[in-house]
Amino acid sequence: MPKQVILAAHFPGVNNTTVWSDPAAGSQIDFASFEHLARTAERGKFDFFFLAEGLALREQRGRIHDLDVVGRPDTLTVLSALAAVTTHLGLAGTLNATFHEPYELARQLATLDHLSGGRAAWNVVTSSGPFFGANFRRGGFLPYEKRYERAGEFIRTAKELWDTGGGEFAHRGDQFDIEGRFGIPRSPQGYPVILQAGDSDGGRELAAANADAVFSRHHQLEDAQEFYRDIKGRLPRYGRTPESLKIIPGVSFVLGDTDADAAEKAHHIRRQQVSPQTAILLLEQVWNRDLSAYDAEGPLPDVDPLDGETTIIQGRAGQFADRLDTAAEWRARAEQKNLSIRELIIEVTGRQNFIGTPERVASSLNEYVQTDACDGFILVPHLTPGGLDEFVDTVVPLLQERGVLRTDYETTTLRGHLGLA
Amino acid sequence: MTFSLGVLLDARSFDADEWVRLATLADEARLDYVTIEDTFGSDPARPEASLVAARLAPVTRHVGLVPVLTTTHTEPFHLSTALATVDWVSRGRGGWQVRVSGRPEEAKLLGRRSSLPAEELFAEAADVVEVVRRLWDSWQDDAIIADVATGRFIDRDRLHYIDFEGKYFSVRGPSIVPRPPQGQLPVFALAHTAEVHEFATRVADVVIVTPAPGALELPGVADVVFSPGAAIESDAHVHTGSVGELADLLAGWHTLGATGARVRAGDHLEAVTGELVPLLRERGLFEPRGGTLRERLGLPTATNRYVQEARVA
Ligand SMILES: Cc1cc2nc3c(=O)[nH]c(=O)nc-3n(C[C@H](O)[C@H](O)[C@H](O)COP(=O)(O)O)c2cc1C
Repeated sequence: MPKQVILAAHFPGVNNTTVWSDPAAGSQIDFASFEHLARTAERGKFDFFFLAEGLALREQRGRIHDLDVVGRPDTLTVLSALAAVTTHLGLAGTLNATFHEPYELARQLATLDHLSGGRAAWNVVTSSGPFFGANFRRGGFLPYEKRYERAGEFIRTAKELWDTGGGEFAHRGDQFDIEGRFGIPRSPQGYPVILQAGDSDGGRELAAANADAVFSRHHQLEDAQEFYRDIKGRLPRYGRTPESLKIIPGVSFVLGDTDADAAEKAHHIRRQQVSPQTAILLLEQVWNRDLSAYDAEGPLPDVDPLDGETTIIQGRAGQFADRLDTAAEWRARAEQKNLSIRELIIEVTGRQNFIGTPERVASSLNEYVQTDACDGFILVPHLTPGGLDEFVDTVVPLLQERGVLRTDYETTTLRGHLGLA
Repeated sequence: MTFSLGVLLDARSFDADEWVRLATLADEARLDYVTIEDTFGSDPARPEASLVAARLAPVTRHVGLVPVLTTTHTEPFHLSTALATVDWVSRGRGGWQVRVSGRPEEAKLLGRRSSLPAEELFAEAADVVEVVRRLWDSWQDDAIIADVATGRFIDRDRLHYIDFEGKYFSVRGPSIVPRPPQGQLPVFALAHTAEVHEFATRVADVVIVTPAPGALELPGVADVVFSPGAAIESDAHVHTGSVGELADLLAGWHTLGATGARVRAGDHLEAVTGELVPLLRERGLFEPRGGTLRERLGLPTATNRYVQEARVA
């Protein structure tokens, strides 16, 4: 039997991937949008629904970033509401191990697991520093190098609490010194599914030691295969089998009646994602200086990037590494192809991952899974709430025909869907 | 004058179906709200109340959902976003019953500090309520502009840093959740003793009092345990008589100035929804109302503190 393709539906995030300017774009906050996407994913027999989280609004040059969709519900609360309108779909939420506490979060996750009949999952992320900290009691209390120490001990502590079945616990460690009665009886999954989304060595070790799945950024075939080997190769040291940890990159897709049609749509969507203002802003992240006087439809700036700590944007995962090199490379590319700032940014930042007819997209997705580039995908639609409709109508049946996606749920818990113990 | 009617739900069940059954009874009887009992220490064992409220929102249409959330060991930021989300998923039916957690066992669950003396607990709670409320207002209702011409999704001048700095914590804001449909969720607080009464009247929209002969601290919502035939210990008034007598009692309190009643019905919820509600409706004391929880409670539309500030400036 071929490997099964794990599928998850990412609610469109608060970055420029999510298109708000399209007439078909709906509310990012009304519950109806969440319900629509979750029901669509369940119709497509997806494994789970996925929510990201950021604990402060992004800023650019000390002011709130205003170009992208922003404002979302609290993660666990909206997942609990979604449990009422779905029956099988897993419900995964991103929650920060730095700004939660084990007793409280373990209790909430166990509650969600009970109220959803065994469908809860936690995507463990970490942060350090004062940016998120300014919204919390302890401020930026955690040094950068301690973030995975805390996260690892957090997960182990949570598992100790879940193991009590509601009884007494005592945990004495570097990060947490707590005791008492947990109170919540064993939930249907025992442990909610644990996902991890950090990419450094510390993050990868955390995943190998503790996680059931990794939400990865690696979506080019060879790069993804290398990441897959790296992560799975870490498992024997923890006495784990390769099947016990799933690797699921976040990916985008564009469908069309023909490949040419899909490519044209993809370009149109890229233009929506990179407005003139967004193009300038993304360029500023590399140049590290105010470029608001430049015309996005004109040539690249003749001034050089500023060196030093970037002050342009806060609260965003991922930074550009070597700005001077990047700038030189972009200039050369723009000159050679005669590209405006906007056209260049469209080219060099995040083109969609899977573009083509439903047939082409289904075979590419399947190829990734069968060649061990990943175990499945977290699909990130560019539109709220209807961005997954076409995929479920057209690609899902093709995956089902190939025998790599269930035609109906065979289990009731998320662990069951994922084939995890 | 409005007389509101709510019940306290304390199913202690981890089965969603049991909660749905109870909430449906309350919803179909057109009760104004249910409070969802909880303590930080989960003793006795209960599911976390804000998640119960959210789970009930899509399967009910009218009833207000008022979880108990503690201010003592929790993050004000998380409380604010969770409650705002209860309001979003219920389309304006969310509320919050504030509780403090003073037991030393509860402090050890968190392990960061020892328990606080009572007056500090309430001083901290007042700061938490203030922060939660500021965060709810930190997005103006018209913050989302989706203006293609300028490429802006929000008008950032309509978002506000709350810059709260107090003795116990500071919080910068703004919220990550847009202003909830009600603007401000109604905040409930118990006022069973004089000390708590001062706190409750200062911070809450709905003060739940224990009527006692000669000491009815009104106006407020009267807290009554309905326990036909069996006297029990409680901080609320315990009524052991029939449903008819309970209706008389509530009518009497209404004339004394009670603005509503919260009935702790225990296993007798069906007697409340099936018998008490029709009796009160016959007497003209209670009427099914629509709208948000604020509207049902007769609270005015919540003005946004930051909009007023902007106007003055
Ligand atoms: C695919 C992916 C998704 C992520 N999603 C979030 C998120 O929703 N919220 C968040 O605070 N951090 C998120 N992160 C950030 C990670 O938790 C982590 O903090 C970051 O990657 C830095 O850790 P590292 O040095 O191990 O990569 C994400 C990271 C990746 C790779």
